[in-house]
Amino acid sequence: MKALTANRLTDGKVVYRTSEGVWSVDPAKAEHLTEDTAEAALNAGLRDILTVVGPYLIEIETGAGFTPGGRKHVREAIRLSGPTTGSTKSMPGARHVPV
Amino acid sequence: MYQYDVIDRELVNARTAEFREQVSARLSGALSEDEFKPLRLMNGVYLQLHAYMLRVAIPYGVLSSNQLRMLAQVAREYDKGYGHFTTRQNIQYNWPALVDIPAILDALASVEMHAIQTSGNTIRNTTTDPFAGAAADEIADPRPWCELIRQWSTQHPEFTWLPRKFKIAVTGSPADRAAIGVHDIGLKLVPGDKGIMGFEVHVGGGQGRTPRIAAKIRDYLPARELLAYLTAILRVYNLAGRRDNLYKARIKILVEDMGPEAFAAAVEETYEAIRGRDLAVPAEEIERVASFFTPPAPGRALENAPTDPAFARWRRVNVKPHKVPGRAVVVIALKAYGQAPGDASAAQMDLIADLAERYGEAEIRVTKEQNLVLPHMDEAALPALFEALKEAGLATANAGRASDIVACPGLDYCNLANARSIPIAQQISMGLEAAGLDEAAGEVTVKISGCINACGHHHVAEIGLLGVDKKGEEVYQLTLGGVADGEAAIGKILGPGLSADDAVRAVIACVRVFADHGANEERFSQTLARIGTDPFKEAVYGA
Repeated sequence: MKALTANRLTDGKVVYRTSEGVWSVDPAKAEHLTEDTAEAALNAGLRDILTVVGPYLIEIETGAGFTPGGRKHVREAIRLSGPTTGSTKSMPGARHVPV
Repeated sequence: MYQYDVIDRELVNARTAEFREQVSARLSGALSEDEFKPLRLMNGVYLQLHAYMLRVAIPYGVLSSNQLRMLAQVAREYDKGYGHFTTRQNIQYNWPALVDIPAILDALASVEMHAIQTSGNTIRNTTTDPFAGAAADEIADPRPWCELIRQWSTQHPEFTWLPRKFKIAVTGSPADRAAIGVHDIGLKLVPGDKGIMGFEVHVGGGQGRTPRIAAKIRDYLPARELLAYLTAILRVYNLAGRRDNLYKARIKILVEDMGPEAFAAAVEETYEAIRGRDLAVPAEEIERVASFFTPPAPGRALENAPTDPAFARWRRVNVKPHKVPGRAVVVIALKAYGQAPGDASAAQMDLIADLAERYGEAEIRVTKEQNLVLPHMDEAALPALFEALKEAGLATANAGRASDIVACPGLDYCNLANARSIPIAQQISMGLEAAGLDEAAGEVTVKISGCINACGHHHVAEIGLLGVDKKGEEVYQLTLGGVADGEAAIGKILGPGLSADDAVRAVIACVRVFADHGANEERFSQTLARIGTDPFKEAVYGA
């Protein structure tokens, strides 16, 4: 299966194209595409120049839920869930008291 | 430090206003993404995995306390409360919205900062010794020359569309903390026969997929001729450099293809035609620019240093000698164990700005090792400074040690990356801490890149990791023996690629071999040269 993803123009957030032809930050709403429907969805997404940047197809695992698959699965999993580095905001001294 | 004049101010304000219009045009659809992309890149705006990324220029790595506070404010108001200091002595924000970037650039312009030429095929921010003007071993201060290069190269009409990006580094110290051997142009300040300062000129170094050490093309160039000579080099490159192949477009390929002698001859011919004219910097202009970079007054010596072993270790590892009595250079390693290398929270930036004002000269430097430096600290204030830094998680005593790891953003952020860098660095640093190896081993550089573009400088690490994609899995190549500073060298692959977990174990194992075999204050590379690679191979791959 495939899904169509891009970055939102205004803020760069990761978005997925839904079966209604709109873009959502919620991967659960992503349209699951087949080889037959993927190209048409991509062409439609490429016309959304006021909404997104750089739409492209990704592979997802067949079945329920939304799990990136294929060779780029690590990259797409990171796009889906965010950096795996932990939060710098939680580091010591995150609150500043002037000296 | 240098203060903008009216020309600088007008230029930055005009550029900020122009970019605001360009963003507006993109949002309205008047510009397509294909049209907008080169414009945003010229203003330091990339699109990464999760968001836009804004790279802000920190000219030759020098910041005032007010500028650092503004960087903190930008992090707090427009990002996720932190910034990421880079191996190019700049700062990157990983989460700004495109619609906010014009406001960010306005805020930066109010403190004489911008993002111009932090991307694109143009002359990038010049880098230099983060201890410039402070280092006890310095022959001459490189900052005035970096500033002249900044002024000359900013929006230079002839060099705005080069075959590829272009990076210049300047060192004023024989120790070369600027890594001039792996830059497009590396400049080393040297005294001439009559004591007049000049430059040794190196060209064609670089990392990426084709790492090369720069060739020396001139032993001595009178300093006032610098801009004419740089113009000659850039002109030869701009005309003869390849534009048909992205991977062969850097000047290192041209120098290699022509041969250093032929390249030098072409530069000399061009230089002869333009020398001594408009580009010769007048003595009074050199003096004017140099006047912004005066050394600090003597400070107060530290008497009766605390006996606290943590302070003593921090002082021994992170505090460097200063050329002025009673002053000290303090390295703030942004490498707390387990943290992302180079990240600083807004609160930490604010604190460092406060400390720079209270105990130093209100100045901060950014290093290519992704650390910050307080260059002119009052020695007597070191105990109070240590306590304040410790409270904020900024007093890790590991500057130059194994856990002072350089790591590119990698696959956690970067569109180009094939593998993660930061989590590997975090795991290595935690492993080193648990094993006590920072303390046990001597000085060593560990650097990690998430792809062959080598932003993590792994080629010139004594222990380097390069992340690659192997059939959809992250695999790491381990290299040993690279050197960035001084006599630069490219590291050599030790053996087969490793999984992420094995790569972490391998780096720790190499540091352990170093700790076991290093002697008499040796650096890692010296130990490696003495004992060879076999003990490391055995530790990593078994017998």
